[in-house]
Amino acid sequence: MNIVSILTLVVSSTLIFSAPLILTAIGGTFSERSGIVNVGLEGIMVIGAFSAVVFNLSFADKFGDATPWIALIVGGIAGIFFSLIHAVATITLRADHIISGTVLNLLAPSLAVFLVKVIYQKGQTDNIKQAFGYSDIPLLDRIPFLGQIFFSKTSIVAYIVIFISFVAWIIIFKTKFGLRLRSVGENPQAADTLGINVYLMRYSGVLISGLMGGLGGALFAQSISINFSISTIAGQGFMAMAAMIFGKWNPIGAMLSALFFGFAQSLSAVGSQISFIKNVPVVYLQVAPYVITIIVLVAFLGKYNGPKANGTNYIKSK
Amino acid sequence: MSKTTTETLNAIEMKNITKIFGNFKANDDINITLKKGEILALLGENGAGKSTLMNILSGLLQPTSGQILLNGKLTNIDSPATASKLGIGMVHQHFMLIDDFTVEENISLGYENTKHFFLDKNKTEQEIKQISEQYGLGIDLKQKVADITVGMQQRVEILKVLYRGADILILDEPTAVLTPQEIDELIEIMHGLTKEGKSIILITHKLDEIRKIADRVTVIRRGKTIDTFSTKGVSNKELAQLMVGREVSFKTKKPESLPTKTVLSIRNLIVENKQGIQSVNDVDLDVLAGEVVGIAGIDGNGQSELIQAILGLTKIKSGTIEILDNDVTNKNVKDIIQQAGNIVGQVPEDRQKEGLVLDMNIAENIILKTYNRYPNSSKGILNYKNINSHARDLITEFDIRTTNEQNKVKSLSGGNQQKVIIAREIDQNPELLIISNPTRGLDVGAIEYIHQRIIEQRTSGKAVLLVSFELDEIMNLSDRIAVMHAGKIQGIVNAKSTNEEQLGLLMAGVSNGGENE
Amino acid sequence: MNNKLDKFFVPILSVIFGLLIGALIIALIGYNPILGYQSMLNSSLGNSLSIGETLRTATPLILTALGFAVANYVGLFNIGLSGQALAGWVGSIWFALVFDGLPKIILLPGSILAGILACALIGIIPGILKVFFNTSEVITTIMMNYILLFVSTHITHNIWPKSFMQGTDSTKIISNNASLRTEWLTNLTGGSRLNLGFLLALIFIILIYVLIKYTTLGFEIKTIGLNPIAAKYSGISLKKTIVSAMAISGGLAGLAGATEGLGTFQNFFIQSQSLGIGFDGMAVALLGSGSPIGIFISALLFAVLKNGAPGMNLAGIPPEIVNVIIAIIIFFVGAKYLIKYFITVEPKKEVKGEENK
Repeated sequence: MNIVSILTLVVSSTLIFSAPLILTAIGGTFSERSGIVNVGLEGIMVIGAFSAVVFNLSFADKFGDATPWIALIVGGIAGIFFSLIHAVATITLRADHIISGTVLNLLAPSLAVFLVKVIYQKGQTDNIKQAFGYSDIPLLDRIPFLGQIFFSKTSIVAYIVIFISFVAWIIIFKTKFGLRLRSVGENPQAADTLGINVYLMRYSGVLISGLMGGLGGALFAQSISINFSISTIAGQGFMAMAAMIFGKWNPIGAMLSALFFGFAQSLSAVGSQISFIKNVPVVYLQVAPYVITIIVLVAFLGKYNGPKANGTNYIKSK
Repeated sequence: MSKTTTETLNAIEMKNITKIFGNFKANDDINITLKKGEILALLGENGAGKSTLMNILSGLLQPTSGQILLNGKLTNIDSPATASKLGIGMVHQHFMLIDDFTVEENISLGYENTKHFFLDKNKTEQEIKQISEQYGLGIDLKQKVADITVGMQQRVEILKVLYRGADILILDEPTAVLTPQEIDELIEIMHGLTKEGKSIILITHKLDEIRKIADRVTVIRRGKTIDTFSTKGVSNKELAQLMVGREVSFKTKKPESLPTKTVLSIRNLIVENKQGIQSVNDVDLDVLAGEVVGIAGIDGNGQSELIQAILGLTKIKSGTIEILDNDVTNKNVKDIIQQAGNIVGQVPEDRQKEGLVLDMNIAENIILKTYNRYPNSSKGILNYKNINSHARDLITEFDIRTTNEQNKVKSLSGGNQQKVIIAREIDQNPELLIISNPTRGLDVGAIEYIHQRIIEQRTSGKAVLLVSFELDEIMNLSDRIAVMHAGKIQGIVNAKSTNEEQLGLLMAGVSNGGENE
Repeated sequence: MNNKLDKFFVPILSVIFGLLIGALIIALIGYNPILGYQSMLNSSLGNSLSIGETLRTATPLILTALGFAVANYVGLFNIGLSGQALAGWVGSIWFALVFDGLPKIILLPGSILAGILACALIGIIPGILKVFFNTSEVITTIMMNYILLFVSTHITHNIWPKSFMQGTDSTKIISNNASLRTEWLTNLTGGSRLNLGFLLALIFIILIYVLIKYTTLGFEIKTIGLNPIAAKYSGISLKKTIVSAMAISGGLAGLAGATEGLGTFQNFFIQSQSLGIGFDGMAVALLGSGSPIGIFISALLFAVLKNGAPGMNLAGIPPEIVNVIIAIIIFFVGAKYLIKYFITVEPKKEVKGEENK
């Protein structure tokens, strides 16, 4: 393979592997910025993936090419409903955030496979017919050299997702909603004294994480796994959480981290086709995101460790 | 009800305010009046009821009975939001700020300007700048709150209140955390505010400040209004006397103290806090066997840090601490309190956070420092028979009111919780007993009991170091009194030959505690 | 009262709610929940073989739950039980294969210890990061789950010599001298895979009970978990105790993995996902309120549910329903405020005196 085609392959597979992580990591950022730790991202992705695949299989004939896009939204909505469990448990019922998040992770795969069996009478779905594929981005792909690497045979969705991370950054740091969201994650008492509805903001944060995690799962299922089974989502949610932390709870940081993790994943997936990394044990690439996250956390020592009130329940006193 | 014109000159009238918590009257028929454009000082000791009263005014608490008149009109302040709408703003002693936000974000939070979809920072900035300049606050709006000084943080709190259109400002102990220069600047700001027509209630117990800042002063003691008068011509002495009160109280009988050898010896001790400020600043202090040395002072003047340094709970910058001629400077807690036969006992400042494990039972709390010793345990195995029977003995001996030693400590009353600590510490028969605010929040009976126990220790030849914010308690128990102010020992006086006025002056940072400046 | 509420009513009501909601779901998809539960019980407790398998299923759950509980006593969340158990599995099989020829009296304890020690060492990593760098143990243990998962596959594929392997993805069966299986337990339970691991689990229930209740280390662990500041003021070493607790926690998870390897499966084969016994063990500990006795009962209950899954299948109900029920149970345990709210009058707020400032 020549250098350009290697780069094209690496770039496009990096984008494809990263996009679901980016969406989910942004979701986690919203939740944790509001002060609710969300270790349940994995479970939310499972539900998003499941719903999208079921929708895709059921309606592909009806919606044709548009199916994956609509299924994406279906996955997002399913994610919202599923994350409501976490929101009610942690915000209203004062449950421990870790326990509640773990419940999501325990519940999602079992529930999804259970429903798959109820619907299809077998343990995994058929492959979907309408998936997100590779395509060229018009005009940009004509740029010499770079155009071929970045914009031909690539994932349009991934570029949209990268754009979404900038939008999320604007929402979190440049709008009233974002300011209030962050305030309840940093110091809910202070926010409360200023008349900000702590519970409302926290519900918003968690439900947005449901939406984004659901989208992430739906995207993964329709661009990478192409069907749904118990092992469709195996650690992507936790990797997204790692990207969120590595990105310092900043959507753009999360996006860049997710791109990096996606790069590591894509190398481990396509590495065998590339001569000079063929001999690197795949395990290094597989564990890189997790090892790096731990190292970064340790190196943060004394610096930014996430929103200050993250993981705490707020009980309004009277 | 008809209002006369003179009454409408009052910004606030709080009439016959009573607030009862359980069976404790925090406010007992209090009356205060704040005139428009004046600074009214509310003077009283810790626990006198000032904070409760101001929490009522700012809508955080509802009075049990009494009325609040705002500009002559009867008003019901049912929440902080209502208070804010009515133009009442409180600057809390403990700031309600978000460290990671910029000054501007902190001020505008909840009152944000938006343009289209975005925060309109320019407009907000201009609005805040205008107020900031009007009152000479001089704040950099772009900095993070975490990065500015405490004095600046306080200005942010003031700006926050002004930005919400407050006409009446309540400042709760605003100078407690400030440096002398910052205090001067704050005074200027406050005068600027009143010139612009704002009215201010200042909660404090620093006498100098009252005379410098306030127009009038209302003295509160034990939940009651004592008097209200103009600060013109009043002396620190008079103020101190009113604040502390003459009508004292249960004196503990104590025989003559016969101090012998030096148990605790502190030389040139300096402790720095995280911001690099010297919370303990060059302290020399000796405590002898057979005496109680009281440390008087207003909360936050280095007392806690001094105690923590002695016990190895905080790092010492420089200086030395010796206990019975052993250098314990920067030794760890375990070595100081657990080794060498229980030399040091401690009754910590916050009994629930530092002294007890509320979810453990009485017996377990009693062995908190001795669980790893015979007869409580041997070879790493606890002996509950001994532990429980010993706990039962102590429950009887120290009159801890409970049904049995298996009850969780959180089910006990405050007084009985404190007795568990006192029992644990005294039972170990320490040479040096370090006690912080032993009777805070307790009822009279428990106070009396604990005082007796402390005197017993001292009379039996132990050294006692007592920190208290209650002047009564210090005077009642101590043989010598060291007064701390801004991390320094402002003076050491003999308990017999001193009086409240002198101590009050020392506490307020007036050197020598002599005459008025 | 409050304590009893936490320890008894919340778990019992959570189980009841879980089963009821499970029944509702079964009914919604058009099956008879009573028949489903009957078939489930039959499958997990119907004969000596199924009882044996149920106890076998409970074994690692008891051990991982004890591991979670010990960490939780000191105030930490060990979410890394799956990875630690996996490491215990790999460690014990590794030892068993390397020292193949040794007599049983050495090989079996050695293999078990290898599993425990591997994980005790892995367990202290998050403990050390916590006490020295204040790094969230939740994050580090989650990350380590995946690291260990990939490393275990790497070891299987690339490190172990061919002589260990049977095919590419699994090792050969360990020698009898390393096995936890015994004839009498196998025969007693109609040929089930029940093994000495279950007895080890029972012993560790007692050991951990004694550790927490009767030892000075247990006292230190509890004190730190309930009030680290008071512990510090009392001269208890936070660093030493927290790291010790995490070592014990990891060691227990490792033992759980060892019983799977040396008892249930007799070999190691690569895993595509984190081990279920990790998170199930966490669920068992939460349901059992962290007490060793509660853990024992909860582990049996979950083992009945898990081994009853095929019974559900026989009744036509997808067996995943049992994991859904387990998750619902833990939801209610976690959100115990809900149950407390329903069965008690809202407790009156403690009357506080004036805050002295």
